[in-house]
Amino acid sequence: MDFALSEEQKMLEASLRGFLADRLPMGRRRAIAAAGSGHDAELWTGLVAQGLAGLIIPERHGGAGLGILDAAVAAECLGYHAVPGPFAASVVMASLALQASGTEAQQAAWLPKIASGEVRIAVGFASPVGQTGIAKVALEGTRLSGRVQSAIDGGGATHVLVFLETGQPALAAVDAKGVRATLLASLDRTRPLLDVSLEGAPAIVLSAANDALAARTRVLDAGRVMLAADTLGAAQSMLDQAVAFAKERVQFGRPIGSFQAVKHTLADLATTLEPCRALVWFAAHAQDALPDEARVSALQAKAHLDDVGREVARLATEVHGGMGFTDLQGLHYWWKRIDTNRQLLGTPERCRHEAALVQGWISS
Amino acid sequence: MELAYSEQYRALQGEVRAFIAKYGHLSPKPGGGRQRPSKKALDWQKLLLEHGYFARNIPAEYGGFGLPLDVLELAVIAEEIAKGGVYPGIMNQGISMLVPTLLEVGTKEQCAQWIERTIRGEVIWCQGYSEPESGSDLAAARTKADVVDGHFVINGQKIWTSSAHYSDMMFLLCRTEPDQPKHKGLSYLLVPMNAPGIEVRPLVTMTGRATFNETFFTNVRVPTDQIVMGRGEGWHVANVTLKYERLLLGDANRLSARLARIRELMERTNLDGQRVMDIPEYRDRLMRLQGEVMASKYHGLRLLTEQARGEDSGLKRLIVKYNGTLLGYRLSSLAVDVLGAAGLAYDAKDEAAETDEATAWHIDNMYDIGLMIGGGSTNIQKNIIAERGLGLPREPKTAPATRS
Repeated sequence: MDFALSEEQKMLEASLRGFLADRLPMGRRRAIAAAGSGHDAELWTGLVAQGLAGLIIPERHGGAGLGILDAAVAAECLGYHAVPGPFAASVVMASLALQASGTEAQQAAWLPKIASGEVRIAVGFASPVGQTGIAKVALEGTRLSGRVQSAIDGGGATHVLVFLETGQPALAAVDAKGVRATLLASLDRTRPLLDVSLEGAPAIVLSAANDALAARTRVLDAGRVMLAADTLGAAQSMLDQAVAFAKERVQFGRPIGSFQAVKHTLADLATTLEPCRALVWFAAHAQDALPDEARVSALQAKAHLDDVGREVARLATEVHGGMGFTDLQGLHYWWKRIDTNRQLLGTPERCRHEAALVQGWISS
Repeated sequence: MELAYSEQYRALQGEVRAFIAKYGHLSPKPGGGRQRPSKKALDWQKLLLEHGYFARNIPAEYGGFGLPLDVLELAVIAEEIAKGGVYPGIMNQGISMLVPTLLEVGTKEQCAQWIERTIRGEVIWCQGYSEPESGSDLAAARTKADVVDGHFVINGQKIWTSSAHYSDMMFLLCRTEPDQPKHKGLSYLLVPMNAPGIEVRPLVTMTGRATFNETFFTNVRVPTDQIVMGRGEGWHVANVTLKYERLLLGDANRLSARLARIRELMERTNLDGQRVMDIPEYRDRLMRLQGEVMASKYHGLRLLTEQARGEDSGLKRLIVKYNGTLLGYRLSSLAVDVLGAAGLAYDAKDEAAETDEATAWHIDNMYDIGLMIGGGSTNIQKNIIAERGLGLPREPKTAPATRS
């Protein structure tokens, strides 16, 4: 029994944190967000050099061959630094979908390109996953028609992967004839969503999985764990910023952090947030190694982090007073990140409902 | 990350299971503990001690099993005993608080005199800390002990003394050095409860039961060697004791077991002709609590791992008492709500009342408030988390040192 990150995982974390602290000061984040493309070639090249893009891709296809727990460690770092750029969908979900549903030839064709950072894949679902919006796509032969309103990781996307109602993923290039992919001016400017309209778009259907729906569910749950880990990092960053602010800001002749109203608020946040880290680690580890626990833990991690994240976001902002409300302080980048994660791949209410179904506590 | 136990611990698992299969029928019913241990409980305790499933790491010379501390072994034993549904052994303030305190700061003579009889359940202790005028501000204690011909002569009053009405001994925090500053004037004495001048009056709690007391001291005489560490060092000793108390109050196994009982209750309780589990508003409350219980459980495994490696957990450990007691309260609140109007018949006068499901949940629900207040109240915990865990500045000192 050893419930902890490995030395390698700690090194991955330290290395990413160091890189991001150095390369992504607030001014840089602000500039990338203002550009609205959700992609910065220089930052992305640096992250690819850190091994981020190929993290869970097998070594024979040019990746690092790591697991979902390693990816969750990375996602927490990206959330902590509010990193503009694709990860949950483009790096984790798309790679997993190819490994679960792609033929050997399809994997050999696409995985190395994902690992090299050359191909970036936005992901959408044309079946209920617990999020609002238009999501309907039909397949005729190898051509797709329909619309997915909010595909994840639109920034810099070269392709889009749509899960059909059958559970099969279909891959199309964003610049192909019949594809109209519009980057949305999104709440979270650092990770804009992609509105994808398809009219007879040529697609590669990945149909090698024995059970397409089960494969789709594994990808979906891994995505949920990534968003939970991202929210964990974002909320931790907001709490750390609030604690630092409370130590410096002086009112009534004292640092505001010496007032119990502020002190107790921050203690509450630390008390609810810290156990979330163990929940995210467990859920991620379960995707890798504990199939019986994988579904419920992914759903509960997503739901719980959405709720804790929102509470941390509100109160950490309040502790900053008027500055927290300004663009100048920049706290809003984390707030918007947490809110965005909450609405994607299953709202907390829907995730909890699904968790009750999965455990057989209610019948559908 | 490896959640399976290695061979060594699986062997211990098998050993404990075999023990339960062989002796389990001799175990008293788990729970209770608000009275002196029965003959059955004392005999079971002896069996646990002989096999090293209790006091495993206490030196053999003091009646323990004498093995070095291995927290994973303790976790395996606790899990198997919980799964087997047998009594985990006597748990009281003497065993959980005084014994580790004596081992850490007591003399060899004190360890030899008290530990074995305490862990066997033969000597029952109560805690003499809080006073009517010093609760959260424990170091302001006014109960005093003057030294007169080789004895401490104690006068004053303690409050919230759980189990004082059937205890043999008290560990008492009192003021022996009135000329010293607040925190340096205290001593930690060991006092027999049958000493002349001690009066115990039961204090009825909101549950309707008298599980704790007020204890009055009038010229109570105790030899001056009945002190742990030296005169004026009582505050240090008291803090050693409190550290062990707070570790007791956030047990994730207990929370998981509670959640399972509430789920089952929701599946068999009807409200307006519908299973409560099928009513979304109630179910969502259960599901939220499941997420929180899972987080607490895995947080516990993370702490266990750090403890096994000898790492300092800092903030991660400081949040356990507050987090665990609040979550426990919210769980029992849901149970009370599911029981609803039909669960309002309440008569908690004796132990038998605990066989009534609704009464037991209401007692738990109220007792949970007691747990949030006792052992360092939630508001004090938040100060500790913020100051020691997050490094926030202390409140400016305004209160002068108490002198009596």
